[in-house]
Parts: sequence; structure tokens; C-alpha cells
Amino acid sequence: MQKKKKILAVASKGGHLIQLMRLRSIFDSHETIFISNHDSLDVEKYERVIDANMNSKFKLILLAIQILMLIIRHRPDIVISTGAAPGYFALMFGHIFGSKTIWLDSIANAEELSLSGSKVARWAGLWLTQWPDLAKSGGPQYKGSVF
Amino acid sequence: MIFLTVGTQLPFERLVKMLDEWSETNPDTPIFGQIGGSSYKPKNFEYCSFLDSSEYEKQFNQADVIVAHAGIGTILSCLVASKSIIISPRLASLGEHRNEHQLATCKKVSKLQGCYVAHDKADFFQLLGQISSLGSGKIDMHANQDLLKAIEKYIDD
Repeated sequence: MQKKKKILAVASKGGHLIQLMRLRSIFDSHETIFISNHDSLDVEKYERVIDANMNSKFKLILLAIQILMLIIRHRPDIVISTGAAPGYFALMFGHIFGSKTIWLDSIANAEELSLSGSKVARWAGLWLTQWPDLAKSGGPQYKGSVF
Repeated sequence: MIFLTVGTQLPFERLVKMLDEWSETNPDTPIFGQIGGSSYKPKNFEYCSFLDSSEYEKQFNQADVIVAHAGIGTILSCLVASKSIIISPRLASLGEHRNEHQLATCKKVSKLQGCYVAHDKADFFQLLGQISSLGSGKIDMHANQDLLKAIEKYIDD
């Protein structure tokens, strides 16, 4: 039996979070801490961060600091995200602090990768797209989708 | 009953206006709208800007049809709950979003059972006119097995 890992599962509220929760069967078999900007989440461990995106650089900086503090506090084995900004920072800091990292680009990005998804490559140990047409060598892999 | 939702991030005035116009000549269909930060306020149906999780769930469950932006979260929720959904994409060309990913989403999901795409007012009014005959799809709560296995393998290696 595989050892239980500590996973940080990160997603912005809305579609990103809904897609992340479709991976729930994986999270339930490990110790998982969820991170989002949603008002609440029906899970055992949830840490809320601020809502920030490209429209406000100042809020993005605050968000980055919040995520960094969470990575330092929890020191996860794995960081996984379906996007967007909180996930980008979580993968970056997670990678720097030695976690294995997984990026699953949103299924909404059917014709090109999301902004954060294209920038996250250097921080992602497993970099995934949900559309086979977007997979390429040196780029994200396609392994399936959330539906 | 129709539940309109434009999502948590951006307003979608064009969609709200179209539904308001339709509602004026179709007063017998009850509508409730979650219109976000829209400065346009509907005249013909009740609305609010945002709903918390439990209020959203209540409106969602009561509705026969969901009318929404082409947001993946809303689309997935409708498929899981077997609700018909009419979606309209926010267009970057009209300054409604940062890029055209909602248009790309529409291209892909238009093939799914229970998902109907309205690109303009004519499409939209036609679909609304056929509400009682719209079908619905059904998906389960999980990602597909290949994806789950690939992620688990990376975690365990």
C-alpha cells in the first residue's frame, strides 16, 4: 500500500475549482489541504486566499505572499492546481521548496493554453492540457480530461 | 423557471439585456438573474448581483433551464445535475473578456447533449421559445479514469 502523501490542492473559485473537485477520489486517499478564494468549501482542511487576477497587480502580490506562507507552513509533498493565479504561485513556490508539482490546464482552454498555464511550465513536474490538440513535445501532455 | 447566471468574475450586460428584452414579451415565464457587477438593471425580472453558495444552490435546483455565460463551472454543474443549459460566450472582440476562450468552449460543448449555444439574439430567442422541449445531458462526478491514473502514478512514483 502506498504511503499517504500531503497534497496542496489549489484552484480559483468557479470552473477551476469545480474541475479540481472532479479529481476528489485522489485527494480522499491522501492528506489534502484545499486552497481557493471561495467563501467556503465542504472539505476537512480549507485555507482561503484573496481573489486576484491580472486586473490588479497589487492584489496578485498579496496573493503570492499568502500562498508562500501556506507553502512554508504546510510543506506539502505534492502541489496540484487547475489554475489560475493562486495555482501558479502555489506551483512556483512548491517547486522551489521541493514539492512535486502538477498543473492541469482548464478544460475551458480548448484552442490555446491559459495565460498561467503557458507560464507555469518551468515550475510543473507534470504539465497537462485537457485537449489532445494542445499536447506537444516540450509542451504539456494530454492524459485525459475532467469529463 | 429560468435561472440566469453570469458567473463570479465579470458582468455580462449583453446577455442580461437580451433576456430582459425576451422577458418583456414573455411575462409568464418566471426568471431569476444573478447578474454580477452589471450596471444594466433588468426591468422585467428579479435579480441580484451575487449569491452565496446556499442561495445559488437553491436557485439552481429550482430552475428548469439555466441561461449562462459560457463558463465551464456552470456547464459542468448543469451536466452533473441534468439541467438544460443555454450558453452565450463572452467575446473578447466586444471587450467582454481577456481572450476568446469562451468562444472556444462553445465550439466544443455545442456537441454535448443538454448544452445549447446562442451566439446572437436570434439564436437566443429561438432557444428560449423552445424551452419546454430542450433536452438535458448527464455526467458523473469524476474525471475520466485515464487522467486520474496518470496523476496518481506521478504522485506515487
